[in-house]
Amino acid sequence: MANAAAAFVRTTPIPAMPPPRALSGALGWARDNLFSSPLNIALTVASALLVAWIVPPLAKFLIIDAVWDGASRVDCLPRAERPEVGACWAFVIDRINFFTYGFYPIEERWRVDVFFALLAFGVGWMAWLDAPRRDLGAFYFFILMPLASVVLLLGFPAIGLSRVSTSQWGGVLVTIVVAAVGIVASLPLGVLLALGRRSRMPAVRLFSVIFIEFVRGVPLITVLFMASVMLPLFVPDTWSPDKLLRALVGVALFSAAYMAEVVRAGLQAIPKGQYEAAMAVGLSYWQSMRQIVLPQALRITIPNIVNSTVALFKDTTLVFVVGIFDFLRTIEAARVDPNWATPVTSTTGYAFAAIFYLIFCYGLSRYSRMVEARLAAGDRR
Amino acid sequence: MTTASGVATKIPKTPLIYNPKVRGIAYQAVLCIIIAFLAWSAVSNAVDNLARAKIASGFGFWDTTAGFDISQTLIEYSTTSTYGRAFWVGLINTLLVAGIGIVLATILGFIVGIARLSKNWLVSRVAGCYVEIIRNLPLLLQLLFWYNAVLKALPGIRESIAIPGGGFLNNRGLFLPQPVFEPAARFALIALLAGVLAAIGYRIWAKRRQSQTGQQSPVLWVTLGLVIALPLAVLALSGFPVQFNYPEAGRFNIRGGVEVLPEFAALLFGLVTYTAAFIAENVRAGILAVAKGQTEAAYSLGLRPGPTLRLVVVPQAMRVIVPPLTNQYLNLTKNSTLAVAIGYPDLVQIFAGTVLNQTGQAVEVIAITMAVYLTISLVTSGLMNLYNRSVAVVER
Repeated sequence: MANAAAAFVRTTPIPAMPPPRALSGALGWARDNLFSSPLNIALTVASALLVAWIVPPLAKFLIIDAVWDGASRVDCLPRAERPEVGACWAFVIDRINFFTYGFYPIEERWRVDVFFALLAFGVGWMAWLDAPRRDLGAFYFFILMPLASVVLLLGFPAIGLSRVSTSQWGGVLVTIVVAAVGIVASLPLGVLLALGRRSRMPAVRLFSVIFIEFVRGVPLITVLFMASVMLPLFVPDTWSPDKLLRALVGVALFSAAYMAEVVRAGLQAIPKGQYEAAMAVGLSYWQSMRQIVLPQALRITIPNIVNSTVALFKDTTLVFVVGIFDFLRTIEAARVDPNWATPVTSTTGYAFAAIFYLIFCYGLSRYSRMVEARLAAGDRR
Repeated sequence: MTTASGVATKIPKTPLIYNPKVRGIAYQAVLCIIIAFLAWSAVSNAVDNLARAKIASGFGFWDTTAGFDISQTLIEYSTTSTYGRAFWVGLINTLLVAGIGIVLATILGFIVGIARLSKNWLVSRVAGCYVEIIRNLPLLLQLLFWYNAVLKALPGIRESIAIPGGGFLNNRGLFLPQPVFEPAARFALIALLAGVLAAIGYRIWAKRRQSQTGQQSPVLWVTLGLVIALPLAVLALSGFPVQFNYPEAGRFNIRGGVEVLPEFAALLFGLVTYTAAFIAENVRAGILAVAKGQTEAAYSLGLRPGPTLRLVVVPQAMRVIVPPLTNQYLNLTKNSTLAVAIGYPDLVQIFAGTVLNQTGQAVEVIAITMAVYLTISLVTSGLMNLYNRSVAVVER
């Protein structure tokens, strides 16, 4: 053969090559996600250092070095056998009733507990999208429960519930009341304002736009100031609304303006054909809104409504500024109590408040994401 | 109405009450009357109540001596200044914290937002935790924490922490060296201005050249050279005409230097970290809103990841990011009113707080305060709308 000199024909298989570097398993995942390039390695190291700098000291402070039981500040002071003191949870445990009820009379506090239960029942009914008779639930949530709560919390001497002035309310009770009033009042008001803004009547539209844009353009604090110093001027002298009521009016008006924009977004997302179809079958304006448009619009707005509830819940802390004893204010009052004056008291109080708000707000935003996923499932093809 | 055959058919005359136009006008008239009545009764009640409480009305208080001191004043102010002057001090303090806050929050927000989308698992998780925790805590709680639990817990004047470079940090604030410019320093300032103008000009020229010839120019390096190196060179040539006024620690006091109030630091830090978490979410949503096909198309044209991000993804994402970004800027400005809780002398603390308490003229004071925030809101959203128009998709 001509190529006999050049040809090389392998007659035995070459040894197997080593397997490729792991592409799966923990090592492959780490290589892919953490160490794929020099920049990535640097970022990973920097993040790991950041985590190492924050998390262990935090865990040490909140759990490992924390003091769980004690009766006064002495238990939370550094001692020879325990030089480093973490969070003073004993302080929180000692004052937990103050944080929950404020100055509500001790023998009447069961009423607050009943209120919490009524509210939780209503929220559960409204939040569970497959619950039976949600129309009854709405009636309960927006009419029955608020009335029952007023009777329960304020007192009604005729049925044996003694009067409790709102200046005695405080803590989580006030935070929940402000948030609940904000949401219960702002939804109907917001729907009306949103409809007004999309109305074809120029005067209605003008008033709605002015109200919404005005309130959204100013900070909540100024609205609260306005409610607390100007509202008493605008009503007859004999009314003199109490401090909490004034703040509630401010919060309700403020959240109504934001809710109006949320609802308007939902109204705009409904195809025009729905409006036209409702008109074509001869429904009046209110009938078509109530039967056709609003049920669809509100349904797709639920995630945004929940998100603005989260914002409202965080904003309730601002009533602090007009001198109302909400949850944060009770923490502020308790942390300077000389009985518990230690270097860690303030941080412990704030950590407790942070955990409280985090659980509520994070829970709500998880819920809104769940609803969003559920609504998206209907549109998936 | 007539039919085609010309035979007139009589349509029943609808009563006026069922005419939608008439009804609409009636509804609006009723609404106007109700609102006018409410406004009238509010005003007449207010006049009665004010007269009974013997509170003056009108804006005469504007020129009255204020008689209180303010801890941070950027313009000249003393206890003998007027309420009007106090208003301006407060407004400038508000604008200061809002302006610096907006710049810093934007930078931090973009970094965190991009980090959340990183392929690096650890980086995206850290950014995600930051966003979730910060967004779910009330801003007021965060401000109180930074102020009361962190800054107020710093050591006192005598045990001040010395910062390298001649600064001090203690529970009364941050004391930094203050640069004092000699007259010759104005040449450096002129060089800086000229450098910025030249850099803008060069950018425009480079863009035009690229669109005409396709050749790229080293814009980044030239800009850095013009804006940073040129003024530095002029500064060096004129013999560094800058001196520093170093703070000196005394027994009870620190003299000299620039003082950053702990209230200011806490407010700025809280506002920046809080708003940055929201901006990060906007940035993330904006980048995710750019269709994946855009990135793939850029890759298939041979662009590397860097230019893909810079030339294809970011310009499109900005269109989605900017409108909510405007909202965040306005939120930051409005949230700066929480200064009142930690005692930073902003507009609300000075004007709606001290001035209102001293004069008792609630209506005027609150109206002025609200008007200021409304103006800021309207101006900001107006400017942002202009920008929005310039980046909006041009439909063909």
